[in-house]
Amino acid sequence: MTPAISARDLRKVYPGDPPVVALDGVSIDIRDNEFFTLLGPSGCGKTTLLRMIAGFEHPTAGTLSMHGENLLDSPPHKRPVNTVFQSYALFPHLTVSQNISFGLEMLGKPADEIKATVDEMLALVKMEAMADRQTSQISGGQQQRVALARALAPRPRVLLLDEPLSALDFKLRKEMQLELKRLQTETGITFIFVTHDQEEALTMSDRIAVMNAGSVRQIGQPRDIYDHPAERFVADFIGDTNFLAGEIISTENGHAEVRLTSGKTVPAPAPEETQSGRKITLAVRPEHAGISAGNDGLLSGDLREVVYFGTDTHFHVALDDGTAFVVRRQNRPDVASDLQAGTRVSVDFPPLTGQVLRD
Amino acid sequence: MAEGTGFSIHRQPGFTAIAMLCFVLLYLPIILLVIYSFNAGNSIAIWEGFSWRWYQSAWENEQVQEATVRSLIIALWASVISTSVAVLAALATTRTRKFKGQSAVFAMINQPLMVPEIVTAVALLIFFAMIKVATGYTGLMYLIIAHAAFCIPFAYLPIRARLQGMDLSLEQAAADLYATPFQVFRRITLPQLWPGILAGAMLAFVISLDDVVITEFVKSAGQDTLPTYMLGQLRRVVTPEVNAISTALLAISVAMVIAFTVLSKMKN
Amino acid sequence: MSDLSSSAAKHASRTRWLLLTPALVILVFAASGPLLITLVYSFLTAGAYGGVEWQFSWDAWFNVVFERDIFEDTLGFSDAHLSIFWRSVKLSLLTTLFCIFFGFPTAYFIATRPKKQRDLWMLLIIIPFWTNLLIRTFAVVELIRNEGTVNTVLMALGIIDEPIQMLFTEFAILVGMVYVYLPLMVLPLYASMERLDFSLVEAGYDLYATRLKVLRRVILPLVKPGVIAGSILVFVPSLGAYVTPRVMGGGNQLMIGNLIELQFGQGRNWPLGAALSITLLAIVMIALMVYVRTAGENEVRHG
Repeated sequence: MTPAISARDLRKVYPGDPPVVALDGVSIDIRDNEFFTLLGPSGCGKTTLLRMIAGFEHPTAGTLSMHGENLLDSPPHKRPVNTVFQSYALFPHLTVSQNISFGLEMLGKPADEIKATVDEMLALVKMEAMADRQTSQISGGQQQRVALARALAPRPRVLLLDEPLSALDFKLRKEMQLELKRLQTETGITFIFVTHDQEEALTMSDRIAVMNAGSVRQIGQPRDIYDHPAERFVADFIGDTNFLAGEIISTENGHAEVRLTSGKTVPAPAPEETQSGRKITLAVRPEHAGISAGNDGLLSGDLREVVYFGTDTHFHVALDDGTAFVVRRQNRPDVASDLQAGTRVSVDFPPLTGQVLRD
Repeated sequence: MAEGTGFSIHRQPGFTAIAMLCFVLLYLPIILLVIYSFNAGNSIAIWEGFSWRWYQSAWENEQVQEATVRSLIIALWASVISTSVAVLAALATTRTRKFKGQSAVFAMINQPLMVPEIVTAVALLIFFAMIKVATGYTGLMYLIIAHAAFCIPFAYLPIRARLQGMDLSLEQAAADLYATPFQVFRRITLPQLWPGILAGAMLAFVISLDDVVITEFVKSAGQDTLPTYMLGQLRRVVTPEVNAISTALLAISVAMVIAFTVLSKMKN
Repeated sequence: MSDLSSSAAKHASRTRWLLLTPALVILVFAASGPLLITLVYSFLTAGAYGGVEWQFSWDAWFNVVFERDIFEDTLGFSDAHLSIFWRSVKLSLLTTLFCIFFGFPTAYFIATRPKKQRDLWMLLIIIPFWTNLLIRTFAVVELIRNEGTVNTVLMALGIIDEPIQMLFTEFAILVGMVYVYLPLMVLPLYASMERLDFSLVEAGYDLYATRLKVLRRVILPLVKPGVIAGSILVFVPSLGAYVTPRVMGGGNQLMIGNLIELQFGQGRNWPLGAALSITLLAIVMIALMVYVRTAGENEVRHG
């Protein structure tokens, strides 16, 4: 099956001194009917890529196609994609339903069809009661729904969402995350969603592309990305991670035996190209590690600080090789924490919970 | 600032007094001018009772009639022309990255604001004299073009301000929803630009209506506008008829300025 | 693959210039073009009955400041011109100073009103600003002429027996120019004072400064850009004033603007008029450049 969107070696360089490289050779295939997220810090190129698909930016080099057809020769108003803008960009001089019907009118649809679709869209986003309101008279969350309805009304093959939830408060955002996921499943339209919020990405997406400095660092399902980050940037950007130095002793079907600085060894998943004898970095999530008083664990060190966070407690350990390591333990009212700062502790994590990173 | 509420950080000794004096001085001459336009007598200093006679005599004065019509024709054309070209120029120069020749374009558009009026007036006198000799045409077109030119920056600035305040993503959203560039302009840009355009046109109208210096130098014989007619009258014995004309012009300006202020503050 | 963005940029550039063309055509025809021709005229020979002869000559520029004594054939400074230049500069500077004196407290007064009142007070400044300059000048004439309000009132009160001659003096020009250009001082002053952070003033008082010291050491340095902007906005049109000195000075007290006009009237020396115009323009441009430079520096410092 041809992908919904296929980008090959997209480059975007803004002239200047020095020139700014916004996209540095991006290749992505986005499947039909999937909720695909572009995730990365600001300035990583995710919005540039999205605007390129919409037609507001032109690549310096590379190709971009939709269902096998070249997109780059079409201006924005001839591309069968619609955008939900970060600022919503609702037309202030039009009412809610006029906003929703705008795209259909531009496509020259007959009046009765427009009316039917607008009603359907209003129902879809639960805004029937607000149809004749001015867009300035409705709340931020409602504006968000109208923006969604407006972009969905022409039934685009791909819907682009540019950080659409960033202007909403925390509770509303949680609500809209579920709402968006529901809309995507119901309509079957391909969603391409841009965000810098890792949690948002993990909750909603079918697949995530993590971007940094103009290039794609890793593509995968949320769980894949969280449990098996490919490299240091991904591991660090998504969730909290401890980085340990180690050496590969042996490899076997994607698993490696890693010797830590303490001399102990532990098995961990590793990229295919990993070779024995290499010095590598092992990533270990704080919540996957355990801590106990004593000296005989996988790693040992001094407990420097204990920080209480309500749901859990963070133990900051200085390992014997000098590395800082954090262990996160869930709190329970019936279990008292016995560990005090200054004690000698050992740190453990089960086999296969760490991840060998690509350099 | 009420005494007894404590120390006011805003107060500076004498400032309020000077400010009040300033407002009085600004308005006293204008108010006297308006009052004496209704004087029954010939004097502009001794009150002899209320009367409309000077408005009536101005109304019946053929020279005033002609000058009024001419002023309005010129102001109307000048504001329409300058506003139309200013809209196009504002669309071309707003919300783009720095382009080649940008400072030259801005310098040209703002030239009428920076160059002393007398200099522009003399330059136009010289240039139009050449054209008048070459073509033999001495009509109103010279005044209209000259007025349109110096009205351009006044029309351009509020329109540009409005455009700059407009959200660029609105037009992108329209294009994203299949509107062609022309549809985007007609359905999205123009409806939101209207207050700016109207404000610019009104400003241009007032500026043209009030112009003395350039008109005085550019006009051919018998092409007096209201202000140049008044300037000529000031050399002679002044009767309250001039006050009456002034008051009428004043009323137009004040109405326009208030409408302009409201329009520029208007949100969508 | 060729650079896709460059063809789009080319298209945008063509559209831009297409949109600019009508405005630029009008401006070239009735603003910048005539200015260039004026420059050319200043290097031509004066015609006998106005106009020019197309023959290169430095005479006009020479005559801006010098004159040749016909009888003794000696060279000297043109006293008439120099005294007019001097009067123009002197009156413009005085106008600027008086505008600061009245404008500064007024702008400060408006800026310290509650937010909702400020716009209304400013409207009182803006209305005269957009009101016909000739009418406002005429309003002052009515006030100070021999048969005007001031003299009539003073005589009625028995303070004076015969009217004081105020009109047609330098004093009259000064009064007129301060009156018509005052709003130009208040507008930028207000703009900079409105942005003034009054917690800085509080900090000044907190650190034992008196009212005068707060004004001099805190407020004044912070609103200096506004003072400079206002001064330029007043000084530049004062220097090129034509209507006010003509009406208030009555043909005796000329300023540069009136001197220029004379060259196209009775004097009929068009090249000299052109040269005087370019001279005036040059002075104004220098003043504007000084302003842009100081404004730029201030921006960098505060920015």
